[in-house]
Amino acid sequence: MAVRKNQADLTATEKRNFIDAVLELKRSGRYDEFISTHNAFIIGDTDDGERTGHRSPSFLPWHRRFLLQFEEALQSVTPSVMLPYWDWTVDRSPRSSLWADDFLGGDGRSGDGRVPSGPFAFSNGKWPMNIRVDGRTFLRRSLGAGVRELPTRAEVDRVLAMSVYDAAPWNSSSDGFRNNIEGWRGPNLHNRVHVWVGGQMTTGASPNDPVFWLHHCFIDKLWADWQRMHPKSGYVPTGDTPDVVDLHDTMKPWNDVTPADLLDHTKFYTYA
Amino acid sequence: MSRPTRRQVLHGSAAALAGAALAAPVAFADTAVARPAAGHGHSDGHKAPGDHEMPEPFDEMYQGRHIEGWPMDEGAPEHGGHGSNAHHGGQARPRAGQAGPHDGMDFVVRIDNDDLHVMRNADGTWISLVNHYETFTTPRALARAAVRELQGADLVPVVTG
Repeated sequence: MAVRKNQADLTATEKRNFIDAVLELKRSGRYDEFISTHNAFIIGDTDDGERTGHRSPSFLPWHRRFLLQFEEALQSVTPSVMLPYWDWTVDRSPRSSLWADDFLGGDGRSGDGRVPSGPFAFSNGKWPMNIRVDGRTFLRRSLGAGVRELPTRAEVDRVLAMSVYDAAPWNSSSDGFRNNIEGWRGPNLHNRVHVWVGGQMTTGASPNDPVFWLHHCFIDKLWADWQRMHPKSGYVPTGDTPDVVDLHDTMKPWNDVTPADLLDHTKFYTYA
Repeated sequence: MSRPTRRQVLHGSAAALAGAALAAPVAFADTAVARPAAGHGHSDGHKAPGDHEMPEPFDEMYQGRHIEGWPMDEGAPEHGGHGSNAHHGGQARPRAGQAGPHDGMDFVVRIDNDDLHVMRNADGTWISLVNHYETFTTPRALARAAVRELQGADLVPVVTG
């Protein structure tokens, strides 16, 4: 069974294989297609209109499918590669091994935020910013500048304790687990991590930073944890909701997969 | 959820997005720009969050950048009061099949004449494409935050209709 591991537990070889596969997807142009897709949904998903990837119940299954597609692309380069997850409740420091030069590289430098070392540094020439919101062509980070602290385990547990998956009006003003983990309400989990990393991670083109995948892999794991804690709580809404993906509606851009198809992650992978 | 929407148009243009012609790298202003303080944009003081009235237009210089904004419904190209947008095309919400730079926007925000995509949340707060995971009380606060984030860089069009 394919196992997604905590990034802190990866071997040197696993880290190298992951990075090399990411760089190969970038070189071939396939990586940027993921950025374009994400950016299109970021722009298109609105609270009072159609919403699929964000600020809606399908935030979690949409990203689950998006990550699966990315993981499959990585495996087309190196079959053994799995997405790792970043548990930011534990690895909370810019000095974490996550940010070492043998993995994602470190914080941006003061002044322009440019990441100066590691595989995605501008100077390596292997990580151009082709899909971007401004003229800057280098990966940027400012760890801990936009917001001081990453979410804590206690804050995560408070959100995991919420027994209702989602609630009307099914957007950024909803109560329930989905909107609290997304971060528009409550202690702010997912959104806050984007702000903490800074740089491209704060923008609609956030997959420009490979930490995007490790962050969302942990969000996906928390959804799995929540499902185990609340076995009687299902995905809602279940039918006839305008602008919103119901349980058995197909999701764009794939149009061949529904939230119902994605509820059980063990069909695809398990978490270590 | 079966009606055609602008989303399909956006996805129809995914290839165009990926291959979009992009602006050349910009020269940086050599003035150091301080990092924004942690937290949210400060309120302009005339709209409480949750008040869904449209914010007032604004037009100012902020940290050397010209920032301006106005409600979308003022959008006729010949509309007065925004001298710099005379070259700007129609600002009406595009019909399905016509994704434009202001697709889905209630309010136009520009930095040095370039569009900043913004969006209003259900609670009346605002986000932009530059600060997409952090809410601000007004479009002006959002525009100022984007200026601080850009550190002199120009916005580039991301979605090409």
